[in-house]
Amino acid sequence: MLFRDLSFSILPGTVTRVEGANGTGKTTLLRILAGLNDAWSGELLWCGKSRTWHREEFLRNVLYLGHRPGIKALLTPMENLRALVAARRPVADSVLRQALSGTGLDGFHDVPCRRLSAGQQRRVALARLLIADEPLWLLDEVFTAIDIKGVSAIEALLQQRAAEGGAVVVTTHHELQLPEMRSIKLGEVAAQ
Amino acid sequence: MNAETRPMIKPQVSAVSTVVAMKAVFNRDMKVAFRQRQDLLNPLLFFVMVVTLFPLGVSPEVSFLREAGAGILWVAALLSVLLSLDHLFRHDFDDGTLEQLVLQPQPLFLLVLAKTLAHWVLTGLPLVLLAPVLGVMVHLDGNSIAVLCLTLLIGTPVLSLIGSIGAALTLGLRSAGVLLSLLIIPLYIPVLIFGTGTVAAATEGAPVGAYVALMGAFLVLAITLAPFAAAAALKISLSNS
Repeated sequence: MLFRDLSFSILPGTVTRVEGANGTGKTTLLRILAGLNDAWSGELLWCGKSRTWHREEFLRNVLYLGHRPGIKALLTPMENLRALVAARRPVADSVLRQALSGTGLDGFHDVPCRRLSAGQQRRVALARLLIADEPLWLLDEVFTAIDIKGVSAIEALLQQRAAEGGAVVVTTHHELQLPEMRSIKLGEVAAQ
Repeated sequence: MNAETRPMIKPQVSAVSTVVAMKAVFNRDMKVAFRQRQDLLNPLLFFVMVVTLFPLGVSPEVSFLREAGAGILWVAALLSVLLSLDHLFRHDFDDGTLEQLVLQPQPLFLLVLAKTLAHWVLTGLPLVLLAPVLGVMVHLDGNSIAVLCLTLLIGTPVLSLIGSIGAALTLGLRSAGVLLSLLIIPLYIPVLIFGTGTVAAATEGAPVGAYVALMGAFLVLAITLAPFAAAAALKISLSNS
């Protein structure tokens, strides 16, 4: 068992950081929250309603970025982003291009992703955050392979997001410096 | 800034319609496949090779080929679909596209149906189009070739649909090939029997309507049930990964 007696709520306007050493279940917790892992027992509520029975409503409102970000190596960043966003709402190509440029991928819009570096491929996935309007973001190790400038840009984005009333849950080993940040520490026995 | 003055991000109430999402899934799979054309040719080459090797290995006699031809073509088609099944979800699983697919707000079984349809268009349909040429090669008469193509046209989507269940179930495994075949081949046997039976009836000049209707029933059954099973299997495979 990875964790038990875990109880928390994620409020609009907050960034929640899931902390813990390797193997303490950070990713598992995020996958449980997203609905990708069914091997748990307990109760998960979305806006006060059971997520199991309001799955569709929940999925419309959550954006999950995992270790494997869903980027196809054979497609270009534009095609990848279009395919990922198209399932949620119609977005004009100009908006997609703007989002890609916003993550520093100018000039790489139409290059197959397999020719891009690991960090650039991550950035294609992160471009989704710039045009996302889902209120809840579940971000697993978003800072992996991202350079220092990129990291501070993501931090600023998360902060702005929280200020706008979005909720963000993030797992990272990176030291996040955000006001109003809450932490969930895994792998520690709670003090009695 | 206090909580009252914050611009609120509103919960999303509407999503893209299911048909649009299915189209997006289908289009992406087609695009990826055409960027990797060798993978498209593999099942086709296999199909052609098996059918051309049979006369060389067994007997080039017209009477033998006319009798066994339909069976050879059907078995070759079945095996080449089986060979391509492992790719159906594997790449998507590895790069995380599958996670995003499962998290789409549309019903998963319909998105899986779109993926399976793309798989059929990329593997089954080319086999159907190639079958007349190979049919001539094994000395089938015109009527038999027409019936053979019809049975393949109805039968190959069934193979893809049933196969999608097996591919989804074996997704989490490192070497899924053998298990996939063991799971799927028993379910393929009825399709094979009726597929070749239809052509045999046509060669003898018997009416084939009943056979074709039965194969149509297979197809309807597979379209209505297989996507549900495959979607459920995908969720289990992802949950265990």
